[in-house]
Amino acid sequence: MTLTHYLVLSGILFSIGAAAVLLRRNAIIAFMGVELMLNATNLCLVTFSRMHGELTGQVLAFFVMVVAAAEVVVGLAIIVAIFRTRRSASIDDVNLLKS
Amino acid sequence: MHSLALAATLPAVSPVVNPAGATASGGVWSFAWLVVALPLASAAVLLLLGRRADRWGHWLGVLASTGAFVVGLLAMLEVLGQAASSRVWDLRLGTWIDAGALHLDAGLRFDPLSLTFVLLVTFVGTLIHVYSVAYMEHDTDRRRFFAYLNLFVAAMLLLVLADSFVLLFVGWEGVGLASYLLIGFWNHNTPYAVAAKKAFVANRVGDVGLLVAMGLMFAHFGALDFGTVLADPAAHASEGTLTAIGLMLLLAACGKSAQFPLQSWLGDAMAGPTPVSALIHAATMVTAGVYLIVRSGAIFEAAPSAQLVVVVVGAITLLFGAIVGCAKDDIKKALAASTMSQIGYMVLAAGLGPVGYAFAIFHLVTHGFFKAGMFLGAGSVMHGMDDQVDMRRFGGLARYMKVTWITFMMGWLAILGIPPFSGFFSKDKIIEAAFIPTDGAQWRAWVFGTVALVGAGITAFYMSRLFFMTFEGERRWTTRKDGSEQHPHESPALMTWPMIVLAVGSVGLGLFLALGNRFTGWLEPVTGHVEHEEPVLPAGVLIALTLTVVVVGLVLAWRRYATATVPVVPPLGTALTRAARVDLYQDAVNDAVLVEPGQHLTRSLVYADHAVVDGGVKGVTHATVGLGALLRRLQTGYVRTYAATMLGGLVVLLVVVLAVQS
Repeated sequence: MTLTHYLVLSGILFSIGAAAVLLRRNAIIAFMGVELMLNATNLCLVTFSRMHGELTGQVLAFFVMVVAAAEVVVGLAIIVAIFRTRRSASIDDVNLLKS
Repeated sequence: MHSLALAATLPAVSPVVNPAGATASGGVWSFAWLVVALPLASAAVLLLLGRRADRWGHWLGVLASTGAFVVGLLAMLEVLGQAASSRVWDLRLGTWIDAGALHLDAGLRFDPLSLTFVLLVTFVGTLIHVYSVAYMEHDTDRRRFFAYLNLFVAAMLLLVLADSFVLLFVGWEGVGLASYLLIGFWNHNTPYAVAAKKAFVANRVGDVGLLVAMGLMFAHFGALDFGTVLADPAAHASEGTLTAIGLMLLLAACGKSAQFPLQSWLGDAMAGPTPVSALIHAATMVTAGVYLIVRSGAIFEAAPSAQLVVVVVGAITLLFGAIVGCAKDDIKKALAASTMSQIGYMVLAAGLGPVGYAFAIFHLVTHGFFKAGMFLGAGSVMHGMDDQVDMRRFGGLARYMKVTWITFMMGWLAILGIPPFSGFFSKDKIIEAAFIPTDGAQWRAWVFGTVALVGAGITAFYMSRLFFMTFEGERRWTTRKDGSEQHPHESPALMTWPMIVLAVGSVGLGLFLALGNRFTGWLEPVTGHVEHEEPVLPAGVLIALTLTVVVVGLVLAWRRYATATVPVVPPLGTALTRAARVDLYQDAVNDAVLVEPGQHLTRSLVYADHAVVDGGVKGVTHATVGLGALLRRLQTGYVRTYAATMLGGLVVLLVVVLAVQS
C-alpha cells in the first residue's frame, strides 16, 4: 500500500464532497460536502508531509481543522437562522438577498 | 484749499481734448462721489425694504435725486470758479482692475462736458421724480417705480462721470437695465413685456460694438482710460484701426440712441409709464450715444471715414424719424419719432467734428428740456383723458387744460425753432454747421445741410400736427371705460409745476446759454476751440431759409389739422403714409433679415441637438442597458450555480496548466 493510494482516496473524497455541494438541495448535506472537501484536503496535506519527510503539511492540516471548526459554527448558525425565517433548509429557496 | 493752489500751478490745458485733468481732492471733491452714491443707495433701500417703504418711498426717491442735483451744482460752481484752462478734474476712487497688462483705476472725471450732463440729468430727473409722485399715485407699485428711477439716475451719472471706457460701460449697462425694467414696468401686460425685451436686445447689439471697441483700444493703446486713449490716438494706432474703433463706438451709440439701423426699439419703448418716456427715452439715456461720440471725439477726428459714417447715420435717422412722426396717431409714439429725429440732428452735429460738438451738446440740453416738458404734457393729457393716447380722439383740449396747453405750446415753439425759444439757438446752429464744408468738400455741405434744413420743415409739420390735433380743432373724444362722458381736467400741482419749470427752460435756456457764446465757451476745455468757419451760404440766408420752411410746415399742419375736420378713423393715405405708420417697415425688415433666419437657425440647432448630441448620449446608455440585461441572466441567485461555475473554472484552469506544462 503506497502513499499514492492515499492521494487517490483524497481525490475520491474531494469529488464526493464537491458533488454533494453541487447536487444536493439540502443546506445541511451541502455543508457536509464542504466538510468532506476540507478533510480530503487534509488527507492530501498529511500524505505529502509523509512523502517529503517534513512536518509542514501536518501543521497546515491542523490549521485547516481549526478554520473548519470555526466555519462550521458560523455556517450552522446561518443555516439555522435561514430555517427559522423561511421554514426551509433548501439552498434553492435562498436566491434573493431581500427576505 | 490746496486743490486751488494745485490748479493754479498747472500748465495751460491744450486747446484740443484734454487728456488728463488735475487730481481732485479736498473741498467739494471730498464728497463729490455722493452724486452717484445717493441715488444708488436710495434705490437699494427702496428695493430691499420692499412694501415696508411703500408709504414714504417715493419721497426718498425725490430726496435722493435732489441731493444728487445739489452735489452736482456744488461741483459745477467749483469748476466755474476756475480759469477755463483748469476746468478738468479727476477724482480718483481707487484701483479697480490690476490684471497683467491691464491696470485700471476707478475714477470720476468732472469736466464741463460731464457736468453739463450731471446737471441736465439730475435737474430734469428731479422734476420728473416730483411729477411721478402724482402721476403714479394710484399705482400699487409706486415705490418700485421710484427705485428703478433712482437706479437709472445713478447709472446715468456713472456713465457720464466715468474716466475710463470700462467704467462708462458699467453705467452704460446700468441705464440699459433700468430702461428695460421701466419699459416693462407694467409687465403683466404681455406686449409691454415684449417691448422691454425688444429694447434690451437692440441695446445688446450696440453693446457688442462698445465691447469690441474696448478690445481694439486695449490691443493698440494698452489702456482704457480717457487720459491715455484720447490724448493722441493717431500716435498709437493706424487710421484703419481708428476707423474700426470709431465704427464700433458708433454701433454702440446707435443702439443706445435709437439711430438707424438699430432704431426700432424706441417706438415700442413708449410702453413704459410716461415719466419714463420723458426722462429716459427723451431727455437723458437716449442721448448717451451723442455723449459717447463727443467724448471719443479725438478718435473720430483721426478717422475721417468713420466721421462721415456718423454724419450719414445722423442724416438718415433725422429724416427717418421725421417721416415716421408725420404718420403716427399715438401721441407718445409721435413724440418718440420726434426724439429719434432730434437725436439724429445731434449725431449729425457730433459727426461734423469740433465745429459741431458744442452744438450737439447744446441741442441735447435744450432738447432735454422741451422734449421732457412735452412728454410730461402728453402724460398730463392722458391723465385727464382716461389714458387715451390716440390723437384722433383728442381735440379742443386747450380750453380744459390751460397749464398743460401753455407749457406744451412753449415746448412746441422751442422744437420748431421759432426765435427766441431755445430750439432756435441750438437747431439753427446745427443746420449752419452742417452747411460748413468739411475738408473743403463742398458736396458734403450741400447734401447734409439740405437734409438738416428739410428735416426742420418736416419737424415743424409733424409737431404742429401733434399740437393742433391734441389741443385745437373740435372735440373727438370717446366715452370713458365705464361709458360715462369724458371730463378732461387739469392735473394736480405736483404735475403742473415740473411742466412749468421745463416750459420756462424751453423758452429761455437757449437764449441764456447762447448769449456771448456762453455754452460753447464753457465746453471749450473738452471740445476744443474752433475758429469760425463760413458756411456755403451766408448765415443770415440760412436763418431765413430755416424759418421759411418751418413756417411752411406749420401752415400746412394748421390747414389740415386745425381748420379742417380731422377724421376719427385714419384715412387710407398715400403709400408713404402707410409705410410711415408701420415705421417704414423697419420691423418687417428686421423680422425678415434677422428674426426669421435666427429662428430657423435655432430650430435647426435644436433639431441637431436632439438628433446628434442627445442621440449619441442616449445610444451609449441604451447599449449599456442592453449589455447589462444580457449579463443579468448569469446572476440567477442560486448558490449552486455559482459553485458549479467556480468548479468549472477551476477545472479549466487545471487543464490549461497541465497542458502548458506537458
